[in-house]
Formats: sequence, structure tokens, C-alpha cells
Amino acid sequence: MSSKKTLFDKVWDSHVVQHIENGPDVLFIDRHMVHEVTSPVAFLGLKNRGINVLHPEKTFATADHNTPTINQHLPVEDPLSANQLKALEENAAAHGISYWGLGHEKNGIVHVVGPEYGITQPGATIVCGDSHTSTHGAFGAIAFGIGTSEVEMVLATQCIMQAKPKSMRINVEGSLSKGVTPKDVALYIISQLTTSGATGYFVEYAGQVFRDMTMEGRMTVCNLSIEMGARGGMIAPDTKTFEYVKGREFSPKSATLEKATAYWETLYTDEGAEFDKEITFNAADIEPMITYGTNPGMGIGITNDIPTADAVEGGEATYKKSLQYMNFNEGDSMMGKAIDFVFLGSCTNGRIEDFRAFTSIVKGRKKADNVTAWLVPGSHQVEAAIKEEGLLAILHESGFELREPGCSACLAMNDDKIPAGKYAVSTSNRNFEGRQGPGSRTLLASPLVAAAAAVTGKVTDPRKLMVIETV
Amino acid sequence: MAYDKFDILTSSAVPLPIENVDTDQIIPARFLKATERKGFGDNLFRDWRYNADNSPKRDFVLNNPIYSGKILVGGKNFGSGSSREHAAWAVYDYGFRCVVSSFFADIFRNNCLNIGVLPVQVSPEFLHKIFTSIESKPESQLEVNLPEQSITILATGEKENFVINDYKKANMLNGFDDIDYLLNIKGQISEFAKDTPL
Ligand code: SF4
Repeated sequence: MSSKKTLFDKVWDSHVVQHIENGPDVLFIDRHMVHEVTSPVAFLGLKNRGINVLHPEKTFATADHNTPTINQHLPVEDPLSANQLKALEENAAAHGISYWGLGHEKNGIVHVVGPEYGITQPGATIVCGDSHTSTHGAFGAIAFGIGTSEVEMVLATQCIMQAKPKSMRINVEGSLSKGVTPKDVALYIISQLTTSGATGYFVEYAGQVFRDMTMEGRMTVCNLSIEMGARGGMIAPDTKTFEYVKGREFSPKSATLEKATAYWETLYTDEGAEFDKEITFNAADIEPMITYGTNPGMGIGITNDIPTADAVEGGEATYKKSLQYMNFNEGDSMMGKAIDFVFLGSCTNGRIEDFRAFTSIVKGRKKADNVTAWLVPGSHQVEAAIKEEGLLAILHESGFELREPGCSACLAMNDDKIPAGKYAVSTSNRNFEGRQGPGSRTLLASPLVAAAAAVTGKVTDPRKLMVIETV
Repeated sequence: MAYDKFDILTSSAVPLPIENVDTDQIIPARFLKATERKGFGDNLFRDWRYNADNSPKRDFVLNNPIYSGKILVGGKNFGSGSSREHAAWAVYDYGFRCVVSSFFADIFRNNCLNIGVLPVQVSPEFLHKIFTSIESKPESQLEVNLPEQSITILATGEKENFVINDYKKANMLNGFDDIDYLLNIKGQISEFAKDTPL
């Protein structure tokens, strides 16, 4: 084995407590994020075993999946949701875990607040009972989603048992064209690899496109790693990363920061290190993307037609079933398709940059009458920034309302459900059947595409609505 | 949670020849509101199984009385999507002890192994043979032999081996879980924790 290491190797290997021959590694976890839906049974497990949380100071709890996005100051109406929230509050209190519940100033989507408060740091191992934990990989952390048995494992022992995944590097070279966002890059990669193309792998994203990308953009890309089956995705930290992390509540301070930064600077893939698989794409091939089917791999450039069954990999029956659910036909153009809902939010695209992008299109235009728009910030911090930067005034002017933070229609566990048969252009991450409510039909897209749909009432190329810069 | 030991399972199987079956189909998010691990089997494949008015959808396989058994056979890329262990719980609670597919999503496979459902990955050709065998004779049986790491279509005797790592295999055979293991090496973990920077 060569001494050259990948970024992933460096972080993984330094966290292995024990290697089991022909079995998994025992991996030490630095940060454990907890939310209300996947944790109650884990806490119950601890209780049955009569043990406590081993490292409450490495554990952070927030309420997001189940929470309403209007009237958060009132008691939660749904008794089952209220019960889950109460369970998390009680469990956090009983074990001395910091809990950012509904109404707390730090409340928000788990993968949005983690980075905002400096819990997410380069070189860390981070887990959470939510598959989009991969978001935190944007900082050069190893971050991945786990099941409830594993949540219990980490609560009890701060470790998890995982076989080391294979490694893949995805390079995107060149520069993105106008109107092409990090979301489009991710949807493009998934459309090329399919939803299972990276199963068994941990991905490193490299190349100019990611170097040029903001931290928010990197989070969007890493977030979607799971949608091609990858365990997670990560990007080598650079000065942009260090600057972002610095000065946040839970990030290292003064002398510790110097030491930490010295370590962070070693976190890159050595020249000549080998990956099990390597793929390179060209940024110039990517245009604004939109999905037409019922998995995130079923995406196309917005100006393209829906592929015919013989042009796609996989079973024809499954493909046809998917189009039937969407009520689309092979060969249809996506452009001009009428839509009913727009959802801006989620841990994929619920950050301030996403609201800026959305606002840049709707500014000076009006929301289409046939569209119901749900604009849901990822956290209170995002919400505050929307107001401070004057975006809220512009949104109001254009006929849009802002809701309160939470996962909302991303998984529709609360009341934010897209009705059966309706089409939603969503900035979230999954277009599975019924994901946004029973019978709902989801078109995944970037905040720019969502905004263009919101003001025109149909699928529209956002580049047509963008201000053309004169040179 | 410790679970029943898994050794050799001989059973008829329920065929679901659909690819990319995601966890939102296995158990929709709105059924994740429990604080205990109970009753998830009732909502397994809820929206494929029932109409909006809760009447059963006749054409869905779980509503077809000719198919039954403790083995679920799914299409390629089974269990993609969310990390919700509730999906594995629902499969288990409904009465399945084994899921067969030609490809599994990672987290779903882990979740199954952690709660005592055996994921058996077979070649696409063998999967096809299983579907064909069930199609021609719904009551035809499969034998899943964990000690031998093999799966056999009893009607034809066709057999294939599957992979599972030694550690997980031992856990399944004995009904142990990872937490039992980790609690036993707690000393080593605390030593390790002392040196971690974060
Ligand atoms: S926004 Fe969606 S994907 Fe993100 S944490 Fe919430 S439910 Fe999960």
C-alpha cells in the first residue's frame, strides 16, 4: 500500500479505534447531531440497557423534521409530532445534551445549524440519523447518515461500526456558465451516475468548479452525494473553509484555533494517492437542471426532452411506471410544463445564498396566480439574514410570504404537504413518489429554476429572466 | 436491541420486481412519528398497498393472497434514499426476515443487519431466476442458509452464494448487536477519546 493518502483516508484512519479482521472498523465520532424523528427509539434503547450518553458534550439536538413552519409560538397541534418533540426535549435534558427546540434562537434544520454554529469542522467525523448528513463533508469532514440502532450506538459509546467504503473522486473542471448553480452540478452528476452509481463509495469532489464554489454551494453538492448512493461526499478544506469556520460559537478559539488550523491545512489528497474510481466532467456541459421522474437520477438539462425508455439504463417497466406517476410522456419537453407549487428550502437549498438567488429572479416581477409558494429558511439565522439584507421586502413586493424554519415540504411530515396530483418545483433533494405528500409530483431544481417557475407558473429557463450583463 | 438468531430460513417468498424501491415507499415519512418501535408493519409500503380511503389496492403484491412468506424479493437498488431505520423495522415487523435483491443501498443494508433482517445480494441472473420461479409457482420455496452463505431455489436446486462479513455473520447467527460489542471495549474507546482534538 502506498504512503500517499487521500483526504478521506487521512480523516478516516485517524478515527479508527479498532480494526476487526474481515469486519468493520470501530470509528470514533467527534460530533453527533440528533433530531426528533430518528432518536426516540435510540434513547429508549439506552434506558433499557440502563446506560447514559457517553459524551453529551459532543452531542447536539435540534427539532426540525416534524415542526410546523407557521405559528411556531403556538403549541404544536398534531399530537404525535408534539409527543416526539417532547420526547427529544426530555431525553436531551435527562442526558445533559444541548437542545435547540422550537422557538430557540438557534433552532433550524440540523444540517444548516451545524455549520452555522461551528459544530461542523474540517477533519471531524460527524454522524446524524438523517442521510443528508453528507452536507457537512463540504468542510472536509467525514459525515454520513446513520440508522436508529447506530444512533443508539453513538449515544452509548461515541463509536460506530463501519466497514471502510471505497473511494471515488469526481472532478469537475472549467467554470460554470451563468445561471448554472451548485444544485445543477449535483443533479448533473447524479443524472450521469444514476441513483446507485456511487453506492459503496465515499466521494471526494475536486477540480476548479469546487475550488471556485462558496461554502454554501459546497454544502449543496455534498448534501446530494447520498442521492447517487454514496455514503458521503467531501471537499478538501481551504482558506475559504477556515474563514467560514472561524469565530463561530463552537469553533476553536485563539491558541486552539492555531493548532486546529495547522491540522486542517494537512487535509488534502496527496499527489499520486489512488482512488478506487475517478471520473471527470466538464463544467461547460452543465446547464440548469430539472428532474422529470421519481428518483433524483432522472434529471435533464432544462432545455432537453424527457428521454425515451430505450435511452435510459435500467428496467423499462420501472421507467414507465415512474413517468406514469408523473403523468409525463417520453419525448416531452420539460419547458412550459404547468406547475402548481414552488418549494424553496431544505438542507439542500435553504441557506441565505439560495434566498438571494431566488430573490434576484423574482425582483420586479409578480408571483404567478396559479402558484402556491412555500419559502422556508433553513434556520433562524437564515431568516434573520433574509430580513436584514432587505430580501424580505422584495419578496413581499412580489407577492411571496416567508415561513418559519424547518424541514417542511422536503419530507412533508408536518402540514406542508403538496396535494395529490399537483406539481411542485422543489429545491429539496428527493422526488420519490409521495415524498412531498401522498400523490405529490416533484420536480427537483435549483433556486433560480424554482424562482423562474414561481413567477411564470410553468417550467421556465431562468437564464431567460436573468439580467444580461453588458460588457 | 438484540434479536432472534438467524440460521437457515426456508420459506416461500413475496416478489416485488421493481427497481430503486426507496425508503419513502417502504415507509412514508408521515408514519415516522412514533416514539417506540411498534406497529410499523401495518404501514409497510403504505401508499402502494392502500388507496387514500384505506381500502387495499388489489394489484399490489402484499394484497395478493397467493404470495406469502418470510422472504421479500426486490428489484435492483433496493432501499435507496433515507436513513430511516423505520424502513427496516417495517420489513421486520411485517414478518420478513430476509430481503433478496441484486443490489442494496448502503444504509438500508446496514440497518437491516443491525436489526436482524438478512440482506442477501444475488447476481441479476439469479434474481431473474427467483422471480421466474415464483411467477410460475407462487408457493415455491427458497432456502437461505447463513452458515453456508447460500441461497437455493428448492424447486430447481439452483443455488448461489452470497457475501457477508464474518463479524456481521457471527452477530446474526448469535443474535448479538454492535452495541454489545462496543460496550465490551469501552476502556479502549475512552483511551482513544483522550487523544482526540475535537
Ligand atoms: S431538509 Fe429534508 S433532507 Fe434535510 S434534514 Fe430535513 S428532512 Fe432531511
